[in-house]
Amino acid sequence: MNFSELFKQSNQLCKVSPDGKYLATCVQYRLVIRDVSTLQILQLYTCLDQITHMEWASDSLFILCAMYKRGLVQVWSLEQPDWHCKIDEGSIGLVSSRWSPDGRHILNTTEFHLRITVWSLCTKAVSYIKYPKACQKGTDFSRDGCYMALAERRDCKDYVSVFVCDDWHLLRHFETETQDLAGLEWSPNGCVLAVWDSCLEYKVLLYSLDGRLLSTYSAYEWSLGVKSVTWSPSSQFLAIGSYDEKVRILNHITWKKIAQFDHPATINNAKAVVYKEVERRTAVGSDDLSLHNITIGTTLFNTQSKYEICPLPVQIPVVKPDPDRANPKIGVSTLAFSSDSRYLATKNGGFQVQSLSWHGSGDSLILLGKEQLCLCFMDTDQEDK
Amino acid sequence: MPESSLVRHLHSSSPECRTSPVRHFSRSLLPQHRNSSMLSTFCTEHNVQDCLSHISQEISSLGFPPVWAVSASPSELSVVAVLNCMYELIQLHRRNIQTLENMEMEQLKSSSEVDFLQLTSTRLKEQLELSRRENAGLLERERQLQLKVKSLQTCLKNEKEEVQKLQNIIASRASQYNHEMKRKEREFNKLKERMNQLLVDKKEKKQAIDVLNSIGRADGKRSLWKTGKTEAKHEGEMYKTLLSDYDTRQRELVLENAELRKVLQQMKKDMVSILSSRKPTLKGDKHKDDCIQADSEEEVFNSSKESVELYCVHAREKLTTSIRLQWRRLKSHVERLDSQASLAQRETRKEEMDRLMLDLQQCKDFIQTQEQLLQQLSSPCDEETASLLSDCYMLQEKERLREEWGTLEEQRKIFERERKTFTDAAIRLSHERKAFEEDRATWLKHQFLNLSPFADSKTSQMSKSKSSFLISVEPEASAASAPEKLIRSDLDFHTHRSVPLTTQSAGELYPTPCLIPENSLTKPKREAAHVDESSIFCNGNIPAQHKLWKNSEDHCSHSLKREKNSSI
Repeated sequence: MNFSELFKQSNQLCKVSPDGKYLATCVQYRLVIRDVSTLQILQLYTCLDQITHMEWASDSLFILCAMYKRGLVQVWSLEQPDWHCKIDEGSIGLVSSRWSPDGRHILNTTEFHLRITVWSLCTKAVSYIKYPKACQKGTDFSRDGCYMALAERRDCKDYVSVFVCDDWHLLRHFETETQDLAGLEWSPNGCVLAVWDSCLEYKVLLYSLDGRLLSTYSAYEWSLGVKSVTWSPSSQFLAIGSYDEKVRILNHITWKKIAQFDHPATINNAKAVVYKEVERRTAVGSDDLSLHNITIGTTLFNTQSKYEICPLPVQIPVVKPDPDRANPKIGVSTLAFSSDSRYLATKNGGFQVQSLSWHGSGDSLILLGKEQLCLCFMDTDQEDK
Repeated sequence: MPESSLVRHLHSSSPECRTSPVRHFSRSLLPQHRNSSMLSTFCTEHNVQDCLSHISQEISSLGFPPVWAVSASPSELSVVAVLNCMYELIQLHRRNIQTLENMEMEQLKSSSEVDFLQLTSTRLKEQLELSRRENAGLLERERQLQLKVKSLQTCLKNEKEEVQKLQNIIASRASQYNHEMKRKEREFNKLKERMNQLLVDKKEKKQAIDVLNSIGRADGKRSLWKTGKTEAKHEGEMYKTLLSDYDTRQRELVLENAELRKVLQQMKKDMVSILSSRKPTLKGDKHKDDCIQADSEEEVFNSSKESVELYCVHAREKLTTSIRLQWRRLKSHVERLDSQASLAQRETRKEEMDRLMLDLQQCKDFIQTQEQLLQQLSSPCDEETASLLSDCYMLQEKERLREEWGTLEEQRKIFERERKTFTDAAIRLSHERKAFEEDRATWLKHQFLNLSPFADSKTSQMSKSKSSFLISVEPEASAASAPEKLIRSDLDFHTHRSVPLTTQSAGELYPTPCLIPENSLTKPKREAAHVDESSIFCNGNIPAQHKLWKNSEDHCSHSLKREKNSSI
């Protein structure tokens, strides 16, 4: 692996454009656009304040830079560097800002989640959405960009509003049977919306696009519940990671549990292969499905480290979190399906793994730790199919 | 004799006396009566003396002073003594009866005690049995209660664990709630501050957007107004998405269904074929026939309307029920076959196993013996075994030889004895001859000297000795056994005649007591030829004996010479 020279950035704002041609980095109040292949600076924009959030538009033509403290959003165009756009939220404040899927609308969430302002760059029109809920994942766009689901809370009750992204027309508005809605996610085919409750209650509700409740799933009561939810790319499975360190998988026909995976502290499964880094331990929650064969471990600091296969049984070092604190660092916090829906990578416990993401081909997985990066490549020829 | 008559009277009256005072002793009466009759038979007029003596003996044996002395005249009898004696006897009798009574009383008492004890013992035994049973029952109850206690303890532990778990859950929830509350409070506070700030702040900044120029839509189309039509369009689009999704799903499910149905059909066909193939071997053929016929009918029905009818619920149900039926039949059939096979298998297997084990054992033994033999043959044995086994082939012959030796030994002994007797006889004969010769010589001498009147006394002496000798010899002439007599006679002869020098040699001559008894003296043996006859066997002893006999022969010859000398 070759590494380029170091570039400065601030606030971890460094994104590649959706078409993969450009790299945008923020340095304090400047926005630097580079060419991905040559890393030459193509554009340089200057914002009014330190940029706190930066996002590419879906067609890679525009970039928004948000400055939450000032309540400003600035939009820059790649094609026309002179073009500028500034959105000032005024005294109402700004908490988050994002593009709409079509790349022509900007959704700003005001302070205290009072409302969401939808700014249209085409018409300069403004729409307001009231009572958005401040939760883990309150808004989600469907994959085709047609619909947006928004969680709302009125009169101590949870609601979900489905908007048509074309003209922000409210398609459906329905109440959910949750105590305290924590998040929602569209299925990749855009027909089912998964809604889950906060960790105080294990409840996952499945609504169809037109607002009908399809199914409810609850694994157990009283203990801390759902921590993370993810759909498989084929929309066939829904993986639910919970605080009891288990992953449960539901199928899309009956919405009943078809599989359950544990994360025991001692790995004794004969099928599991455990890799241990010799230098420093960055343990990964093992997934029982996959068979890792080769692992290339590299660090950003060029220190050589090897991975060796540990003989079973392997005891994973577990740090017991303080049970008296809220949001304990136990449970399955990250889930990621491979693109062919064959593998599921999970992260359990308090390990310092920030993200898991699969390669598009479905045979390699990249793990990002706080200071390390690990790339796992699977030899798919050995799989019996 | 008045005494005797008195005695008789007394005797006769005594039983009468006895009966009257002693009548209340019921038991002792009968024998008493008998006694009186016996008494009359005991003593009669003829055996008075005997009776008297007998009685006196008895009395003296009982410890009383004698009644009648033996040496005194028969008719004398001390009346006083007799009366005393009688009185003593009566006293004794009374005492005996008393003791008898006492003893009877004691016996009654003891028997009653025994009865009582038996009763008590049975009662106590029953009590013991009862208490044992009670104890067993109590133990059982205790055990059950202990089990119960254990189960309750485990229940309690479980409950405690559950309680602990619930407490943990409650604690975590409480902490979560607290956290949320704090967060909300903080937000609330921020809101309040903001509100205050806004109230204070005069200048209100409004929202605004400042765009250089509007940009076109991403898809290039013009934006539309929000109208009912657009809304309807959106709804329509939504439903279209949903419908398309359902469509795809349904198509997939239909494909899956078809596949599964095909599989079921295949299974059914297989099952039917299996069961129909087993038809001749099963019981209840008729029943099976009907079923199979029905199935075949169904099959025909199904296959004819495959494409359309399979999808109707009716056909589907039929298919599933028929499959279920077939499956059940197949299962029962397989179970039956299994049990039969296992039984038969088990039996045959057992027999086979036994047989095989036996064969195995035999083979093993055979192999072992063969190995041993092979080892023996192949490996060189050590000296001892070699020496032991050296003549192993001759063993049988050696045995036979030994047996023959034994028999020959016996025969030899017999021959020895016979020989001895013969030699003795020969010696005697020689002696006789010698004597005869001497006699003849003397007779001739006498005859010659008879002409002179001097040799009378010698001849008479000689004749006497000779005669004694001859007397002793005569009975021996025929009998070969009993050489002891001969020896004794010889001994007599020798003691009369010669110095017993031969006693010296007795010990060394006859170390083997087998032939000749101990402390016997030598027999004069004349010729070595006799001895040589006996030396046929190669026994170790014989040559020695031969030697010894030779020695004895010498001694004998010496003695004979001596005799000769002495005689002459």
